[in-house]
Amino acid sequence: MSVRVGKTATAPAFPVAAHTALANQQLRANVARATNTIRSKRAIRVEEMPDWQALRQSASDIKSHTLAHLDHYLTEFERNCERAGGKVHWARDADEANTIAIDLIRHYGGTEVIKVKTMTSDEVQMNVALEAAGITPIETDLADMIVQMGHDDPSHIVVPALHKNRFEIAEIFRRTMNLPDLTATPEDLAAAARDYLRDRFLRVKIGISGANFAIAETGAICVVESEGNGRMCITMPEVLITLVGVEKVIPAFQDLEVFLQLLPRSATGERMNPYNSLWTGVTPGDGPRAFHVILLDNGRTAQLLDERERETLACIRCGACLNACPVYRETGGLAYGSIYSGPIGAILSPQLQNLEHSRSLPYASTLCGACYEVCPVKINIPETLIHLRGRIVREDQKTLSGIFSAENLAMQIAAKAFLNHRSYEAAQRLARMGQRIFERDGQLTNLPGMAGGWTKFRDLKPIPKSSFRDWWKAREKGSPQ
Amino acid sequence: MHYNTGYHGEAVPLVRRFVQTFRDAEVVCVPSASCVAMMREHYELMAERENDPAFLAEVRSLLPRVFEFSELLVNRLGLEDVGAHFADTVTYHPSCHSLRMLHVGDAPRKLLRAVCGLTLIELPNQEQCCGFGGTFAVKNADVSAAMLTAKDACVIETGANVVTALDNSCLMQIYGGLHRAGSAVRTMHLAEILASEAPR
Repeated sequence: MSVRVGKTATAPAFPVAAHTALANQQLRANVARATNTIRSKRAIRVEEMPDWQALRQSASDIKSHTLAHLDHYLTEFERNCERAGGKVHWARDADEANTIAIDLIRHYGGTEVIKVKTMTSDEVQMNVALEAAGITPIETDLADMIVQMGHDDPSHIVVPALHKNRFEIAEIFRRTMNLPDLTATPEDLAAAARDYLRDRFLRVKIGISGANFAIAETGAICVVESEGNGRMCITMPEVLITLVGVEKVIPAFQDLEVFLQLLPRSATGERMNPYNSLWTGVTPGDGPRAFHVILLDNGRTAQLLDERERETLACIRCGACLNACPVYRETGGLAYGSIYSGPIGAILSPQLQNLEHSRSLPYASTLCGACYEVCPVKINIPETLIHLRGRIVREDQKTLSGIFSAENLAMQIAAKAFLNHRSYEAAQRLARMGQRIFERDGQLTNLPGMAGGWTKFRDLKPIPKSSFRDWWKAREKGSPQ
Repeated sequence: MHYNTGYHGEAVPLVRRFVQTFRDAEVVCVPSASCVAMMREHYELMAERENDPAFLAEVRSLLPRVFEFSELLVNRLGLEDVGAHFADTVTYHPSCHSLRMLHVGDAPRKLLRAVCGLTLIELPNQEQCCGFGGTFAVKNADVSAAMLTAKDACVIETGANVVTALDNSCLMQIYGGLHRAGSAVRTMHLAEILASEAPR
């Protein structure tokens, strides 16, 4: 079995990719503008909810109960979905999911598919697999379409083309749709996309979707969206294939009451999504004649073992933590090297792959707590980041290069120095002496080693001649300095 | 520093040392919100993992006596006017851990408003992190500096001569950026402002 998450295996480490992203002023301006807009809309819609905290708690409770009994709810979902005429397939990893999808498409004689926005299909890199099998995937979500046409990667869980502004989008449309005179007004861009898609909605016989929720009690799937392209993809084709991460199951229809209040407000600052689609199996004369669900593990069930790690699986992919994150705000999503970016991506990507890739992501945070504050299902992201850092440090300390790394040595020395006042004061004296050669006009501006990361951008006041401890001791003796 | 960076094992002796040093104190006043947050959020968890009931009991007995500086003055002692005199313009940066973990709320502002001669100017986008984040500042120096630039721009926008906070780590970051940019805005811990007296 091989767990894969997007292109994480070949992605550069976060600090390297962030360095590149920070040099792109256009990208940073786009990200800042977009996240500011969504953040303020969200704040208004959350403010008006008197029971917001209670809703968050309910969502967290439902998710933690479901994840603790995931086997039960998944088999219940399978039973009820198949009773209603659907067919459930189980995929252990990315390759299995893609193989199942390709086999199904070939079985129904398809050469192209229309797709509703699904991050899970990006996780398993389904488009790449489909193209390799001679099948053309057509993204119909506006942002996903922009990403696909621009040969780009998604930079946001909810708004994958957030890093592009309308002028850049117009350029992509002009090129790929052969519309040299297209203007960059939102109306013209929407009209161009509508024209382009209409023909495909009518023509293509197979649709692929993700799922926001899979309901065990009824075997139903729920997808929420804003553009109506999803409604087209799940009703127009003859065959519908739905890819669902196993953590998306919820016990009962009534649980949607909680999630459908939290999700749109958190994701886009709307009270309700414009399109809320729910379907159960197949219905003669209405919608697809064949319906397949692929339940995807891809590293998820391994995360159930540890309670702290299990909590990450409660995520409903609203993206609120991305919009709230001051790191994401500066770098955008591409720097994370994973289709799951921002704070949730920083804990989800490495966990799915058992820390094999995305090892720099748990450090891509100041632990400021803004993500936890906005999370509608109360995932304690900062705590999980610290937990993962602990796992990484313990793993690294088992290797020679880890033991002798500058960071580990510095941490071991500091741990010893902090252990009693004599060694602490000795370290202070040593630093006070050592700093002299780096001091210019009363400032430290060019420190060596890891501290150079500090002085590359910032000045530092030297350690003063007399410490607080000296002052305290003198004061105790009754002779303040 | 150790715990947040992932050096969990190395942090335990430091917790034991802290408990040993302060076990008999009536009150422990800590002039750093992030240190208090570390104690409240993690000390019990760390002691539990050690499977040492005596250690855990000591941690549990000590923690309720630990106060962040402004918490101690306003919430515990009911003090707002400490008789300080500081004739200057000041802006206040609510550090992440004081804001989102300790929930100190308006305590520091109440203290500042009561200072004779002080003009408090609200900081725009104040709830946004300054980009320090402990070892983040050197491990992700570029991003940290970008976040700092945004914070310092807000500080300068206020026109205040002094920026204050409950964490010297954030102030070290904010100062580092301001000084490098040639700004004359000073950084002072809230305690330093409250300790200021009228010129005689």
